[in-house]
Amino acid sequence: MRPTMRPLHALLLLIALLAVQSLAAPTFAQAQLYQAPGPNSPTTKEQVPLYVPQDDKLIGRVSIPDEKLAVLVQPEGREWREWRSHTLRLAIGGLAIGMTAVLTIFFLYRGTIRIHGGKAGRLVLRFNGLDRFAHWTTAVSFLTMALTGVILTFGRTLLIPLIGHQAFTPLAEYSKSIHNFVSVPFVVGLLMIVALWMRDNIPEKSDWQWVKTGGGLFSKAGGHHPEAGRFNAGQKGVFWGIVLGGIGMAVTGYLLMVPFAFTGIGGMQIMHVIHGLLAAVLIAVVIGHIYIGTIGMEGAFDAMGSGDVDEAWAIEHHRRWYEEQLRKGYVEGRHPAE
Amino acid sequence: MARMKFLCDAERCIECNACVTACKNEHEVPWGINRRRLVTLNDGKPGERSISMACMHCNDPPCAAVCPVDCFLQTADGVVLHSKDLCIGCGYCFYACPFGAPQFPRTTDFGSRGKMDKCTFCAGGPEADNSVEEYQKYGSNRLAEGKLPLCAEMCSTRALMGGDGAVLADIYQERSLRRGYGSGAPGWSTAYGRNDRGSPFAPGGPGTGGA
Repeated sequence: MRPTMRPLHALLLLIALLAVQSLAAPTFAQAQLYQAPGPNSPTTKEQVPLYVPQDDKLIGRVSIPDEKLAVLVQPEGREWREWRSHTLRLAIGGLAIGMTAVLTIFFLYRGTIRIHGGKAGRLVLRFNGLDRFAHWTTAVSFLTMALTGVILTFGRTLLIPLIGHQAFTPLAEYSKSIHNFVSVPFVVGLLMIVALWMRDNIPEKSDWQWVKTGGGLFSKAGGHHPEAGRFNAGQKGVFWGIVLGGIGMAVTGYLLMVPFAFTGIGGMQIMHVIHGLLAAVLIAVVIGHIYIGTIGMEGAFDAMGSGDVDEAWAIEHHRRWYEEQLRKGYVEGRHPAE
Repeated sequence: MARMKFLCDAERCIECNACVTACKNEHEVPWGINRRRLVTLNDGKPGERSISMACMHCNDPPCAAVCPVDCFLQTADGVVLHSKDLCIGCGYCFYACPFGAPQFPRTTDFGSRGKMDKCTFCAGGPEADNSVEEYQKYGSNRLAEGKLPLCAEMCSTRALMGGDGAVLADIYQERSLRRGYGSGAPGWSTAYGRNDRGSPFAPGGPGTGGA
């Protein structure tokens, strides 16, 4: 019996194997040549997607040394474009024009703030040569960078229609170089300002009084004027605004000047936004600063012009500081012993 | 009028870099400038795809919108070109470009990066067609000779195609239907998805973001 059973077993096994194979074979053979059509396979040409929504960053691998190009799609560029094309211009232009409008209204209301009782004719040393050197180094380089920055930001809209592409390109190119190189004297001036004036710009209790009374800006001539030391709260505000804002602008500016040295493209977009926002704020602050230092107040420009202010101005605006100067003997024609 | 586009079929690309090499050779592209590059997504994982990427010649080019000197122009075929005479090398186009297409000869030179360079769709620049100046600044102008971009012509698997967008879309859809799958045209939604009128925009007009 046994030997006869063997071929039968073998036959049954063969049939079973063939049955399995006949089921599996077509799929197997097909998979080698074609991809099996899945449930999602398109049945018409129109079903084949062309536009696949791409809202996330796509990063892969590249075999070239420039690794930043491994980013295939960076949708953040769209937001940066919006910022560069609209928001930045709105921030800088809006704040500058807004500040100018406010100052114009204030000037019409208040006029030039006169020295109550007129000039005394005696001079008090307010800023020595080093002080003024630091101030004007910072001031001239700030104004240069503001102007060149504004040319690069608004030139396409405002200047190209006037002077044409051929003339604007050299202007923009020089603006860019000047903007970059003048940052060095700006930082030097800024550091000098910090070294020279930070001590006198530490906020103190009496500053609160100045803020509460609005610095006497809105009390008509002859009204109460809050007492102040070398710098009043408003000047301290300008000081810290320029120093902190200037440091922020310098850091972001230098990082933008060495592209990809410390940040990728995303970081540079953020740097540019910070740089632009700080610029908008600082330009507005400086417009206010220039106003009060020139046409806004009688006798104020002398402080940074000749360095000497009128005694009456000093007593009116910085009494505490004046008394100190008197003690030191910095008031013309008066001696501490008197 | 044709609307020139690139389409890279990621299912076909074998990352051979022939397109990259062809581009470099055809235009004498300097060392370090990558007008075209290959990016591999999901490298070594299931679903790995390689995509050949260059300037996509967008409908509403972000580079043109942010350029402070307005140096970009779009040809009647929709090809985005720029003038190296006007470019000041500020790098703004690279901030805005979704594909990383603009390239600069220098990167860390105290803010001076040289003139921007990018894929021209083998269409040269604003200079006279096939003039010496055009070749020196932008490379050869194959389009003016009636030829398509060399990268696409060189592609061994016909993954990368360059030409009229409508024709490319038709080929790609037919091909995907036959093989039963396709992951879409890489970058098309970003480059042409918004505002896809299929027609080019006048330089400086509303389509390029205006001024």
